[in-house]
Amino acid sequence: MNEQNPTIPPALAGRAGLTRRNLLRGAGLASTAAFLAACGIKGTNAGGPSGSPSGSSSSSSSGSSESSGAPSSSSSSSAEVADLSDTDKTVTWSSWPEYLDVDPKDANKHPSIDQFEKATGIKVTYVEDVNDNNQYFAKIQPVLAAGQSIAADVFVVTDWMVAKLMRLGYLQDIDHSLIPNFKNLNPDLLNVSFDPGRKQSITWQSGFAGIAYNPKVTKPVESMDQLLTDPALKGKVTLLTEMRDTMGLVLLDLGYDCSNFTDAQFDEAVAKVQKAVSAGQIRQFTGNDYAQGLVSGDIAACAAWTGDVVQLQADNPFLKYVLPAKGCTLWSDNFVIPKGSKHKKNAELLINFYYQPDTAAEVADYVNYISPVVGAKEALLKSDPSVANNPLIFPSEDVMKRAHVFMALTEDQENRYNAAFSKLMGS
Amino acid sequence: MSIAAALPAGGHHAPSAGPAPSSRSKFTPYFLLLPAGLALIVFYVLPTLTLATTSLQTGSLEQGYTLTWHWPTYGEVLSQYWPQFARSFGYAAGATILALLIAYPLAYTIAFKAGRFRTLMLTLVVAPFFTSFLIRTLAWRQILADEGPVVSFMKATGLMHLTDALGMTQGRVLATGLAVVIGLAYNFLPFMTLPLYNSLEKIDRGLLKASEDLYANSWTTFWKVTWPLSLPGVVGGTLLTFIPAAGDYVNQQFLGTISNTMTGNAIDSLFLQQRQYPQAAALSLVLMVAIIVLVSVYVKRAGTEELV
Repeated sequence: MNEQNPTIPPALAGRAGLTRRNLLRGAGLASTAAFLAACGIKGTNAGGPSGSPSGSSSSSSSGSSESSGAPSSSSSSSAEVADLSDTDKTVTWSSWPEYLDVDPKDANKHPSIDQFEKATGIKVTYVEDVNDNNQYFAKIQPVLAAGQSIAADVFVVTDWMVAKLMRLGYLQDIDHSLIPNFKNLNPDLLNVSFDPGRKQSITWQSGFAGIAYNPKVTKPVESMDQLLTDPALKGKVTLLTEMRDTMGLVLLDLGYDCSNFTDAQFDEAVAKVQKAVSAGQIRQFTGNDYAQGLVSGDIAACAAWTGDVVQLQADNPFLKYVLPAKGCTLWSDNFVIPKGSKHKKNAELLINFYYQPDTAAEVADYVNYISPVVGAKEALLKSDPSVANNPLIFPSEDVMKRAHVFMALTEDQENRYNAAFSKLMGS
Repeated sequence: MSIAAALPAGGHHAPSAGPAPSSRSKFTPYFLLLPAGLALIVFYVLPTLTLATTSLQTGSLEQGYTLTWHWPTYGEVLSQYWPQFARSFGYAAGATILALLIAYPLAYTIAFKAGRFRTLMLTLVVAPFFTSFLIRTLAWRQILADEGPVVSFMKATGLMHLTDALGMTQGRVLATGLAVVIGLAYNFLPFMTLPLYNSLEKIDRGLLKASEDLYANSWTTFWKVTWPLSLPGVVGGTLLTFIPAAGDYVNQQFLGTISNTMTGNAIDSLFLQQRQYPQAAALSLVLMVAIIVLVSVYVKRAGTEELV
């Protein structure tokens, strides 16, 4: 972390741009050799194999004014983008589908955004283009690696992706002085392992991964062990493509701690799932598209996320959700501000707005995930007590004790675990 | 893709056999080919070259990739993913045959029997394109659901025992190989039907009359006259179905299960989940080459000169 150059070496940025331009010009053909040579995909890590020491790269960068020896203030963004917040009253916010309150009459309207726009005069462009952490990363990574701005001024990704983005130096420090409501953050979420003190990320929503089942086609399913081995469920079980949730649940079921485990324990968990896969127990690995199958009964039981199932239960009250006694995984999605954001201050005002208990309550009432904002429950007790008293949305102390966050992984661990997990999924 | 590009090129030979071209018009064909040629270079040749170099690199996303001419990657992906390869081509072949069996009678009916309903029927053939590919594929989940009509019918008639014994189903249709083949055949059916219709519709009705006059019954007429004349459509349709089907992964993802993934799924996982760019690139190239080889052999055997 500390030896990492906060600014992306211009050598790298220049190289990436050159390749792209070559492509467009079609000059690659004329000099194939040069093309091939220039074609390497550069590391996103500043201390990459090109070995360009930060000092030399910053000196070569200095087309313009300030290339002070060692760039130590991590907040100075590489692109040196000026914050246009005060003159350009807009902000672009990328998030996941169905992750914000919606006007019951018009699905394109979000009442809380309207309130924010009215209160601050800042126009919000809300884009639901984050469907999968890895895919979103694949989309923004080349742009950020080249030191350019992505469309979003603020976006929402899961804990481990925040850790990865921080490791790569793609995020900006958040100015807490602009977010007085930050004091409402649930204290449990303040000193998370990947970002103690929440310098570069602030929680948006949290949720559990547990087990959902359809009582019309199966008897109660209480544990991961039953999900993976009960012959009555053969071919009617799905697991989540999110490696941390599926493997976290299995690790916990085996009696291990998913926030601190060894390679051997992980291998044991993989072997357990592999056995179920080989036996034909597992039908498919899914994102949140298990919903349809679970309701129709094609899927008898599956690993599932709380918010999804609570939303499904609104139309299908018979569906059941179980947080396994041996433990469930707890994840959070977080606001982060990428380098190159031109509306950083507006983004911070936006975060501050959503940390008001009343606004957080409004969002929780619709999205049904766990709000990180203290006071949201009290606010919601007045307007919609049924949601406020739902233990899956406002979990009790006892439930929270069973919930565990998956441990932070190094790049090497992540690659190995992902490869092992992909094999389970048949590719 | 290269085949598709080669097709129009072959067709363009005829006009150049006109009267001796003036020096100015000699370049006209090249000018006319310029947009397509540029598009081919920018969107096909260069990305393929990038893919080729990526496949020979080693490293990781955060450490960076360097070109080390690491050929063993190809061996690794082949030994690891050959089952996916086999399934890709098996399913694509199955889907192509199924689509041909459905599309030929359909195209025949539209071309010879539809009369004034011809336009309507042709519109209906392409009508599925009015909705999203994903929605159409997801709809098959409902049709093939475990308690759905198709499964009930197959169980009632005992057909399920047969398909189970053949390893195509597992007491269910959804999340099996059969469902993937059905999904592929369905999604690419219009690509089969339209070329077939095109070549059937062009057949000179006088030839059929002549066949009749020579005392051929309708079967003989079909086998000796109609079928041979429709072969260009058959070749075109099978190519347009087989090539995309072999690379498809969406049908597998929605209708298949973890034990029957195809090459496309492996590439998707390598690129987006595991972020092993070299392996993903190598696998993509191998798939591309395999398809090109297969298709070249097929086209050669079928006879290119009929591909008008």
